[in-house]
Amino acid sequence: MGNNLDALTTVFTEFYYWVTVVFMFLIHVGFCMYEVGVSRRRNHLHTLMKNTMLIPLVTITFFFFGWWIYWAFPNGPFITGGLELEAAAANAPTSPNMGTDLSDRITGVFWAAFLLFSWTAASIVSGSVIERIRSGAFWIIAVMIGSVTWIIDAAWGWSANGWMVKLLGYHDAYASGVIHGIAGGTALGVLVVLGPRLGRFRADGTARDFVPHNPWLVTVGLFLIYTGFWGFYAACNVPIISPEGIGGLITGETWTATTIYLTPTTLGAITFNFLMSLSGGLLVAYLISNGNPFWTYSGGLAGIITASAGNDLYHPIQAMFIAGIGTFIAYKMHYWVERTFKIDDAVGAVAVHGYAGFAGLVIAGFMLWGYPSSPYEGYAAINPLGNTIGAIIMFFVLGFLPAWIVAKILNGMGLLRIPREVELMGLDFKSLADEEQARQDVRDAEKALV
Amino acid sequence: MLTSWAVDLANVKAIYPWQGAELIMVIAGVVAWILWHVIQLREEKEEFQKDVEEYGSKESIKKALDDHSL
Repeated sequence: MGNNLDALTTVFTEFYYWVTVVFMFLIHVGFCMYEVGVSRRRNHLHTLMKNTMLIPLVTITFFFFGWWIYWAFPNGPFITGGLELEAAAANAPTSPNMGTDLSDRITGVFWAAFLLFSWTAASIVSGSVIERIRSGAFWIIAVMIGSVTWIIDAAWGWSANGWMVKLLGYHDAYASGVIHGIAGGTALGVLVVLGPRLGRFRADGTARDFVPHNPWLVTVGLFLIYTGFWGFYAACNVPIISPEGIGGLITGETWTATTIYLTPTTLGAITFNFLMSLSGGLLVAYLISNGNPFWTYSGGLAGIITASAGNDLYHPIQAMFIAGIGTFIAYKMHYWVERTFKIDDAVGAVAVHGYAGFAGLVIAGFMLWGYPSSPYEGYAAINPLGNTIGAIIMFFVLGFLPAWIVAKILNGMGLLRIPREVELMGLDFKSLADEEQARQDVRDAEKALV
Repeated sequence: MLTSWAVDLANVKAIYPWQGAELIMVIAGVVAWILWHVIQLREEKEEFQKDVEEYGSKESIKKALDDHSL
């Protein structure tokens, strides 16, 4: 830290990201509550553990190689250059500043902010595959998206020097595609191989409604996801930086908040747009689902996700309408895909995250057409084709495809789906039987004392 | 190894123990991670096999469906 202003900026930035990490933890709490609430009572313990254990697995693998990938892969490699080995070396697990290091106080906090995004990406997939996937198979897929595929997409399209930003003018400020699009695509890739839960579809092909065992847990979980989403939005920004620090085309001395691309925005902008897009999603979802609580809450989320790609620049009223459009698309697509392809997405994750995220990218390409994607010279401007190609890369190339391949391999090894008998009895049937036996023992003992 | 705090912090870098052994620690960590998956997958497979053998009859499944609510 060279002088007091540098020291203050570093300490402020360090604390800023640290707070976002704490907030983002609530996303995981919310996903766990939501997923357990949706599952049937006979599966809820396994459902909880499946989502919980992705935390340590994604964390350690993100330390071992995920963080290194982000710094090494912005050029592809071999699209706009080779591996960025010099930048990546300081973020490798063997680097001294990836530990307690008094000359680098902030890398750990940055690492954690990205890591919480990794958990979120994996957790989105977790809900859609409940009640029939083997936990071991899910955890391998969680490591794949949390520590490999999403962080490759971040290096490509969510980095100031990513090749997608340079060549395509890709713009995705609050991760419509880089988190939600890829997670939705990954969920769909697994679901296609995994198949629906037993009994989900009638002989005539229509779907049975598997009612959430605890709607309160579902809705409170979604409220917590909204809360954590605030931290996510804040974590997507660089809170304060000088034009000199950016080193691009911006002139003058005015310090600003920026997106991950180092393009200027304000905390006020994302506060307006987060709330207006949440509102647009809730309003539309309530109408199209006839006030169904599950879809109304999910619609709020889908609304934010749709507007997220451009919420650094949109007017709040634009954010509201874009959110409503994305929510409508997500809802209609969910039921169309379910009916047509018999895809059993237990929590609607493919729709809320995948279709809404995809739509959000395409819309941002049109809405922000001509805006600079970067403060640096030589970058393509934001445009519809670039963002649509980006949406395809996020959803299909890095989302659906790797997940489908890994799921196929796991399925071929007999490791993907739980046995039919266990699925019918419920994953928790032994725990529940043991609990009931324990209760009976206590009752018998008490009766003997009468 | 740090033995005193009587230093100018501007000159202090990493302060964790075993500096220089980072690569060995990373290898140990990666091996432990892969081993965890191998053990977990094996345990899960054995557990399901046992469950199906012990409780997989039609009667047991029907009883489980009646006993444990949705």
